[in-house]
Amino acid sequence: MRNIFLFLKKYAILLLFLFLQMISLVMLFSYNDFHQTVYWTLSNDLSGDINERINVVEEFISLKTENENLRAQNALLLEQLSVSNMQPDTTSQVENALMIKDSTKVTRQFIYMPAKVLSSSVFLQQNYIMLHRGSDQGIKPNMAVVGIGGLIGTVVYASKNISLVMSLINRDSKVIAVLKKGSGLGEISWDGKDPSILLLSKVPKTINVNKGDSIVTSPYSDRFPPGILIGFVDKVDFDQETNTFRLKVKTAIDFNSVQHAYVVNNLMQPEIDQLKEKVKKE
Amino acid sequence: MNLIVKNIIRLFLVLFIQVFILKKIPPLHGMAIPYFYFILILWLPYKISRSALLIYAFFLGIIVDIFYKTPGLHSAASLLLAYLRPFVVNLLLPKESTEWGENAPTRFTMGFMQYFTYVIFLTIVHNAYLIFLEWMQFGNLLYFTGKLLVTTFISLLLILISEMLVNRKTSYR
Repeated sequence: MRNIFLFLKKYAILLLFLFLQMISLVMLFSYNDFHQTVYWTLSNDLSGDINERINVVEEFISLKTENENLRAQNALLLEQLSVSNMQPDTTSQVENALMIKDSTKVTRQFIYMPAKVLSSSVFLQQNYIMLHRGSDQGIKPNMAVVGIGGLIGTVVYASKNISLVMSLINRDSKVIAVLKKGSGLGEISWDGKDPSILLLSKVPKTINVNKGDSIVTSPYSDRFPPGILIGFVDKVDFDQETNTFRLKVKTAIDFNSVQHAYVVNNLMQPEIDQLKEKVKKE
Repeated sequence: MNLIVKNIIRLFLVLFIQVFILKKIPPLHGMAIPYFYFILILWLPYKISRSALLIYAFFLGIIVDIFYKTPGLHSAASLLLAYLRPFVVNLLLPKESTEWGENAPTRFTMGFMQYFTYVIFLTIVHNAYLIFLEWMQFGNLLYFTGKLLVTTFISLLLILISEMLVNRKTSYR
């Protein structure tokens, strides 16, 4: 017994070091199933609050470019207003500015909820964006997040007033994407190097791809609205092993300066989930 | 000024710069990330007990982790740095560290060469462990070796700048 105490006394510092080191490593490597634990809640609330204060200053600095972006977005939306379009079909009528009501059924599927960006990182391996909207405002995990001009990512965690978004430039992010021309289904991921370059892999080689082609979200995705811009083809590589194209895609959004985002609520999501559940069970 | 008050002010200042200014800087050439928060551990006085040093480093790392959204990464690295610090100090200064009183490692108390060996060695240890942990999760070795070199260079540059800005010349006993 005495020896044990002597041993403990002698190596107390080393043991403390190993103990704390172990805590750190456990936190680090149990990362993926992480976002439900206490740590996130705590860190989200704490850093969210401070980030919010700092954000006031930052927002003021980038006010000018942000205004220009919003003006562009406004112009885009004005084009979609009923007054700028004719309604040739008598079966559909305009109910309010943006919602078209079919004579038999409401066709609206996606609701866009605006949110302010509190913090955004671009140069880590796992990049997240923090939004100033949370579960109290109806944000749930797995919702898509769209910025002005392109896709941002997916909500992974929502506390009361703040939510955490896994952006496209995250090692764990996977998004099904397609060429705007209509063909070439592939998977968007990030290699962790350049925050403005994404990878689109597994594109069949039968497709004609050119530099500058637009990449948009796929209509087959159950999370993202179809046709949201992701980026433009920057470089076309041919992968000998899998006999497919690997495209380097320049992001449409500058993740460094993103200030406003829209969280997309898919009204059909519960139905899709239910159906998936059912298939899984059988 | 009181030693504790001084260190608390330093803590807030360094964390503010690390978390709100350096975090916004895009990585140079896609790899160099500016880290210099561990200067707080380097600048602690000699007489601090080793367990207090470890606990301080752990919580410092956790705070940085909270803002960088990387649970455990920075705390693991700064812990290793804090664990090795007394060994390096004893190696470079053969005297008992308690003899130095409230003095902290500076280029005046340690001597120019010893101090910079101390800083460079511990910076490399910190960055290497940090980048090694990142590499364990994904990526290729060559990329991370390059990243280590560039990151260490940037860290040393930042430490040099803070060394020039802050006058830490304490009376020589």
